[in-house]
Amino acid sequence: MTPLLQVRDVSHFYGARIGCSDVNFDLYPGEVMGIVGESGSGKSTLLNCLAGHLPPDTGEVVFDTRADGPTDTVTMSEPARRMLSRTDWAFVHQHARDGLRMSVSAGGNIGERLMAVGARRYGDIRAQATDWLGRVEIDESRIDDRPSAFSGGMQQRLQIARNLVTGPRLVFMDEPTGGLDVSVQARLLDLLRGLVREMGLSALIVTHDLAVVRLLADRLMVMKDGYVVESGLTDQVLDDPQHAYTQLLVSSVLQV
Amino acid sequence: MTDQAYNFAYLDEQTKRMIRRAILKGLAVPGYQVPFASREMPMPYGWGTGGVQVSAATLTPDDTLKVIDQGADDTTNAVSIRKFFERTAGVATTDETDKASVIQTRHRIPEMPLREDQILVYQVPIPEPLRFLEPRETETRKMHSLEEYGLMHVKLYEDVSQHGQIATSYAYPVRVSGRYVMDPSPIPKFDNPKLEMDAIQLFGAGREQRIYAVPPWTQVVSLDFEDYPFEASKADHACDLCGAGDSYLDEVITDDSGNRMFVCSDTDYCRSRRDDGHTGRLAGDAT
Repeated sequence: MTPLLQVRDVSHFYGARIGCSDVNFDLYPGEVMGIVGESGSGKSTLLNCLAGHLPPDTGEVVFDTRADGPTDTVTMSEPARRMLSRTDWAFVHQHARDGLRMSVSAGGNIGERLMAVGARRYGDIRAQATDWLGRVEIDESRIDDRPSAFSGGMQQRLQIARNLVTGPRLVFMDEPTGGLDVSVQARLLDLLRGLVREMGLSALIVTHDLAVVRLLADRLMVMKDGYVVESGLTDQVLDDPQHAYTQLLVSSVLQV
Repeated sequence: MTDQAYNFAYLDEQTKRMIRRAILKGLAVPGYQVPFASREMPMPYGWGTGGVQVSAATLTPDDTLKVIDQGADDTTNAVSIRKFFERTAGVATTDETDKASVIQTRHRIPEMPLREDQILVYQVPIPEPLRFLEPRETETRKMHSLEEYGLMHVKLYEDVSQHGQIATSYAYPVRVSGRYVMDPSPIPKFDNPKLEMDAIQLFGAGREQRIYAVPPWTQVVSLDFEDYPFEASKADHACDLCGAGDSYLDEVITDDSGNRMFVCSDTDYCRSRRDDGHTGRLAGDAT
């Protein structure tokens, strides 16, 4: 099987400081990979490099495109990369307002990607938007409301709907549950887990919440100071951490 | 300072060359916004400084200039710009669309079809059609260069979802020659079909420092949805002065008891029709 995403020696430096360094991994179709680490460990930098928001200083990010097979997204042309990020990729920001157009209605937010890839029938766009609101458990009557009138959890679910409407194959998530209270988090995780399974999505989830990766991720990568210090199956890493930092991380989780 | 102290048409020759280069580039890439070094003009931004600079670079001593503001020759903006060029360029001016070789306009296209030997200069307040959807200029430029125009349809989607129809009634976005999405300046969407014309159309935005152009016989398509097609609309009346049923109308409130009249916004068109003997509902009392 061809990996959906092959990451080879990806590094990004902020001047003399390390953002992330020499990251290598493969992600297979349908697989969910978690990236954990403390603040400043380079996990968001890595995610942004992979999603094309930041140019990596070294390395390759090879994505298995529908048309041309495995292609390095770092060196591909910008129109092609932006096309990917509208169709096969999705990016869920930590703060919903970074990923939503706050002055555009919920329906318009969901429809934007459809219209960007050429949908020109209002009726179809509207129907898809309604369908997706249902899938992310937002009442259909809210379709013409602006996201600014939504609660934090609803905004996050709307952001997910907006991203998944074009049927992407790879979803990048940056702390998707950050800033939400636990019961809302639980429902969002439930929803994400359902969608990932149902649509056969591959996902990269950056988080510092070990419970989130335990629930969602098949595999886990632990980062510290820009380096990957440990990786493996999620349960294996969390139950039998090898690296000193991972042991610290796992033992730092508050028990209720 | 005497009037002779001005260079022809106010701007110095170097500036005019710079503007002409921008105009030529604009004509070569229809709909593309060409940056130019907009000058201070002796009028405030928002009063047509872009259009005036384009006109100044376009005028020759043999030209006949017409200036309209919302279709009218006799409104403040039109009068002051016409006087400005009478004084600084000494060119002939006219009210008649037919006789003008350069027409500077704010927010209207004349009703009478223009000819190959005429130039229409628009005053543009905001040249970027994506501005209110994406405030970052760096991003909108990238969207233009990569032809990412999905966002433009988001605006139309919002219109339909809120009003049941595309409610954008002026500055209606168009796609020029199958490539660039362009703001046709705040002309009513009634005028959009006229953008495909025989004359050269130049657009000048002074504050925003952009010039763009539509060459003659260029395809200009108004954006729409398949199930909500573009419709050029106007008030559903005939002109009360000249009886024209095909011209864009202004609504004028005539008293405090709710009476109103509809008149052609293109004053030259209305006058020439009345001269030809056409009369409307109120022609007797109003003239």
